[in-house]
Amino acid sequence: MSSRTLPLLFINLGGEMLYILDQRLRAQNIPADKAKKVMNDIISTMFNKKFLDELFKPQELYSKKALRTVFDRLAHASIMRLNQASMDKLYDLMTMAFKYQVLLCPRPKDILLVSFNHMDAIKEFVKDIPCILTQVDETYQQLIQIYTNLSSGEFQLIRQTLLIFFQDMHIRVSIFLKDKVQNSNGRFVLPTSGPVPYGTQVPGLIRMFNCTGKEVSRLQFSNGGNYNAAIREGSFEIFGDRVTKLGTNMYSVSRPVETLMSGTSTNSAQHAKVNMAPNPLAKEELNLLARLMGGLEVQKPGNADNGFRVNLFATDEEEEEAFISRPDELSYGVIKIQATQDQQASAELAKIMGEFSESGDQSPIVSSKGDDLLAMMDGL
Amino acid sequence: MYHKEKSIQIKNSASALYNNLGVLRIAPRSLTYFTVVHANVVNMVSASWDGLNYSHRQLQSKEPNVATSTSLIMQAAFCALPSRDLLVVTSQKGIQMYESDGSTMVYWHALDTPDTPTDQAVFARGISAVGKSYICVGDSSGSILVFDVPSKGSNITLSDVLKGHKKSITDIASECSGSQDCIADLISADDGGNLCVWKSGEEFQRFNNIPGFDISCTSVKLWKGTAVAGYGTGQIRLYEAVTGILHAEVNAHARWIYSLDIAPFSGLLLSAAEDSLVRVWHLSIKPESLSVEVAHLHNECVTDTQICGAKFCDGDGHAFAVTGYDLSEIIRYTQS
Repeated sequence: MSSRTLPLLFINLGGEMLYILDQRLRAQNIPADKAKKVMNDIISTMFNKKFLDELFKPQELYSKKALRTVFDRLAHASIMRLNQASMDKLYDLMTMAFKYQVLLCPRPKDILLVSFNHMDAIKEFVKDIPCILTQVDETYQQLIQIYTNLSSGEFQLIRQTLLIFFQDMHIRVSIFLKDKVQNSNGRFVLPTSGPVPYGTQVPGLIRMFNCTGKEVSRLQFSNGGNYNAAIREGSFEIFGDRVTKLGTNMYSVSRPVETLMSGTSTNSAQHAKVNMAPNPLAKEELNLLARLMGGLEVQKPGNADNGFRVNLFATDEEEEEAFISRPDELSYGVIKIQATQDQQASAELAKIMGEFSESGDQSPIVSSKGDDLLAMMDGL
Repeated sequence: MYHKEKSIQIKNSASALYNNLGVLRIAPRSLTYFTVVHANVVNMVSASWDGLNYSHRQLQSKEPNVATSTSLIMQAAFCALPSRDLLVVTSQKGIQMYESDGSTMVYWHALDTPDTPTDQAVFARGISAVGKSYICVGDSSGSILVFDVPSKGSNITLSDVLKGHKKSITDIASECSGSQDCIADLISADDGGNLCVWKSGEEFQRFNNIPGFDISCTSVKLWKGTAVAGYGTGQIRLYEAVTGILHAEVNAHARWIYSLDIAPFSGLLLSAAEDSLVRVWHLSIKPESLSVEVAHLHNECVTDTQICGAKFCDGDGHAFAVTGYDLSEIIRYTQS
């Protein structure tokens, strides 16, 4: 629907990913220099100019598969490796966190404040590295330029587009359950209390006027909630108090990152149907994805000693168990891409094309699009 | 005043779209049709009044004869004309019209979609029947397409394009009191909160513009010459349609209003919002002062749900139905 949704989706999901990785790197006692390198490499890749230029072009949202592929790649932009189970869990957490933030935003425009909260934190991660900092600052400028003048209706359209993307996702996240912002059925708590959004009045008043515009009577009614007046508006500038806590880092070493793989609260058949719905835009999307991926310059891992694996679970056994027992309907059906060598890359790409082509006639697609994709990948 | 009834389960959950519930009462067959939009699919349920029979159907948004084309649906609504009922579905690609049971598509109108996407989203949204044979559909550029519908068959034609709005159309409604001597019989609303008031006919005339305050008007109704509009600020405003005089202003909800409906025989008003609340009000028009009075009657809270559709199931407002984002059911309430 809105052609301006993808950058916000990407930046916010990326921000959540960084919060989670930061927490896991610390929890696993990864040496500070290595941890810093991973964070810097990922952030630098995320804010790569060519990549962002592609992202900020007006376009429809990618499918879940395609976006997951981009984040797989991003997570592997440095010397850190994640197993499939950990990557699945990471992505679950990222998406549920942003879904929560989008739902709870008092006004649609507040999604921009949430994005700024993520940007502020990212900036803090790389504040000592001028070249990456510049990339981040340029992105702030782009966000301000594109989004601050959008109307409330256009922001609501962006929000509605995001909500369709997150439709039917009810994965339980233990930090949300503990904080009582998510119910045991996976649905988020929507309070009918607290401050109303900036620009809205507390419900309860009916005013009636006569033909000359004079107020002739006032009636109060019971609003069924416990609201108070709006608090001040957050800042939409590069620096400023965002006011909202949505989009700030909710993890810390003492609040570990876990999900409960409870499946969905709706019946599996329904969920599976939604996931398996054919994506007729696959070809078009593939081209976009290829261009995006072309812009994601992956660091070639240096010597083998430098690389290490991060586990999103408490133990390796848990990770293995999670991998085996993950319900089918929650699989993202994504291909791992390790662009280490060109040969391997082209083989993987051919596989991607095979995956994306749902219509079944694979050969024509492979021959025509394959060359384009391979040519782009060669640029890496 | 109302109590909850047994919900109707639907095949998919409702998407967060304005006015996301269509209701058509078929008295001769003791049935009610409901429609709920989920991404690129319309879920239709036909419910018998005795509560014993439910049949489901799904409609996809597709250009006919193009196998792979699909787009997100913005709205699905029933249009009840004197001669026939149609189901109209608006999407990013165009406008589809079906027989009211969803069995056959009788008309397809493609929107002008550019080859590469631009900043401005392209879609159709806002659906209403008006007069003897017209169906009006709004689009993202602010235009309103007027289709002339014959009493039978598929010879539907685009007869006019109304220009009155500069922002995307959000909702359109026709005078629902059944009164024949209303000066204006159509109202349209847009993303800037502006309302246009029209009189249908061979040539539609624009009677009035009621300016907005840069806040989206997401849902609008017209009853006995009174425009009832719901906004993103959670306010409901009542205007005299042809003059634009403000009769009443209600701080009704704590979040964006997503749906309004009026029961024309009783003057009951239903409002539903992202704040999880559905509220029932009573409107009365005082003939001597030509003013409108609003009284609040009832609240229903659909816990932890952002409501996206709410409609009365009959002209008296004896029952109403509600849909919410991520909910796979149509919740029903009946007067006690």
